[in-house]
Amino acid sequence: MLSIKNLHVSVDGKSILDGLTLDIAAGEIHAVMGPNGAGKSTLSYALAGRPGYEVTAGSVTLDGEDLLGLEPNERAARGLFLSFQYPTEIPGVPALTFVRTALNAQHKARGEAEVSAPDFLRLVRGKAKALKIDFDMLKRGLNVGFSGGEKKRMEILQMSVLSPRLAILDETDSGLDIDALRIVAEGVNAMRSADRAMLVITHYQRLLDHIRPDRVHVLAGGRIVASGGPELAHDLEREGYDKYASLAA
Amino acid sequence: MSLARAIETGDLTQLPSRRDEDWRWTDLRGLVRVLPAPSPAAVASPPAGPFASLDATQITVVNGRGPGRLITAAGTRQTVTLNFVATQQAGSHAARLAIEVQEGADLVLLESYEGQGADYVVQADLNITLGRGARLERIVIADDSPDAVSVSAAHVVLGEHATFAQTVLASGAKRQRLETRVSHPGGGASARLDGLYLLGDRRHADITTVVTHAGVDGATDQLVKGVVRDQARGVFQGRIVVSPGADKTDARMGHHALILSDKAEVDAKPELEIYADDVVCAHGNTVGALDEEALFYAKARGIADAEARAMLTQAFLDQVVDRIGHDGAREIARAWVARQLGAAR
Repeated sequence: MLSIKNLHVSVDGKSILDGLTLDIAAGEIHAVMGPNGAGKSTLSYALAGRPGYEVTAGSVTLDGEDLLGLEPNERAARGLFLSFQYPTEIPGVPALTFVRTALNAQHKARGEAEVSAPDFLRLVRGKAKALKIDFDMLKRGLNVGFSGGEKKRMEILQMSVLSPRLAILDETDSGLDIDALRIVAEGVNAMRSADRAMLVITHYQRLLDHIRPDRVHVLAGGRIVASGGPELAHDLEREGYDKYASLAA
Repeated sequence: MSLARAIETGDLTQLPSRRDEDWRWTDLRGLVRVLPAPSPAAVASPPAGPFASLDATQITVVNGRGPGRLITAAGTRQTVTLNFVATQQAGSHAARLAIEVQEGADLVLLESYEGQGADYVVQADLNITLGRGARLERIVIADDSPDAVSVSAAHVVLGEHATFAQTVLASGAKRQRLETRVSHPGGGASARLDGLYLLGDRRHADITTVVTHAGVDGATDQLVKGVVRDQARGVFQGRIVVSPGADKTDARMGHHALILSDKAEVDAKPELEIYADDVVCAHGNTVGALDEEALFYAKARGIADAEARAMLTQAFLDQVVDRIGHDGAREIARAWVARQLGAAR
């Protein structure tokens, strides 16, 4: 599914990712954990194609196809979804309009038929209910005046409507209280499937109590310095990232 | 000094020039070296105008020729389309119309400017009076030819407790100016003076407003937004004068513009002149580019660059459109903005 080989990424001329290699197979959930400044968000932005995140070496393929030469919207149409750590507010564009525009843009890019307005509303109503999002909120400007928890639930709602092949969740647990965390995790777990992969990027282990990963990787100094099963997340929670500091240097 | 006077007398020294403070960014004397011949009376039937689908009394002013007076009688309600047309044969002409909204009357004025010819030079002057407690909502769509010089100047005198709400939409021309001067008595009267300009190529649009608050307890609210691309130039001049004694005036002015190309330009002059005490006055003015964060977010969700830019730009301008009170006119304005954005892509 996703294959990252020897990825080097610079931001403003400063090297952040320094030879990152990671493979995720369909049906798997991988967690990338790491201290602040390790390059976690750089990884998610580089995969999504954010301007300013310059790939200087390495490759990224999704189902064998090169991603790095594609525009962000082309990556999305091929099934990549990034749940933002800080979802952007878009005044004047109702959430419903935004999501429908995105869904139909992806369908169009893949040569699929547009989703009709009634079908779309039915789809969104169901997903919103599961995520405990008030439907009227979807008529307001996207994320404008939403609380941190509401913004994260909107991200999961969009993920669920867009139904990606590969979902990247960047610090989705940050800013969430216990109840919101549970709702968001349930939304993510509902998306688990044999032909979908997920990359969960987080600083803390607590999200992984709700979303059980198949593999856990430690990112430090711009590279994966350790990999293991779910127990690795508990070790990190207990022992901290200190012992990886020397590996990163 | 006015374009209308120059057209009527043929005397080019009557044209406003950059030496006139109010015209410094829309210099006509330096531009118009020869006036085109006076426009002939029209032969063909004029176009129906952008508001034709709405249920309204229709007035058309063709090549400056039309009725001189429109009266909405005391206590009555009326919706009127007022379509100014410069035909294929138009050269230069000036039109004058007096509009009287009598005490307690309610008028929705759906006004439009369109040109079928190329380089016509025209002015329309509107003298508008609102009686005590009268209401006027004026929506103006100005769709002139790219090579035209077109000025619309409205003088509005409000009675006490009158409500005046205006939204002008401008797509520019060689020079296009929509000017509104409001005499505000205070006395519970209110004015809303919104506008938007959406300009491409080498088009120029100028939205100029002057509101003079003469008495206590009046309100003025203004939101003007603009989008310029290519080598276009947008001008906003807004002046609110709060005269001595016009206490408890509430005046708010906002002008916000997006510049979408290196060669496009916006000139803005928001002015509050306050000579009274105990007033609430605020103004904000921003000029910038599209929000790159929002653009990336939309693209990361699968929306292609051009569509994402158009969506964000339309959302920016819709905040002006949303304030239009008349439902049908609001949707026509929204569609007009979408069409302009689509055409400019």
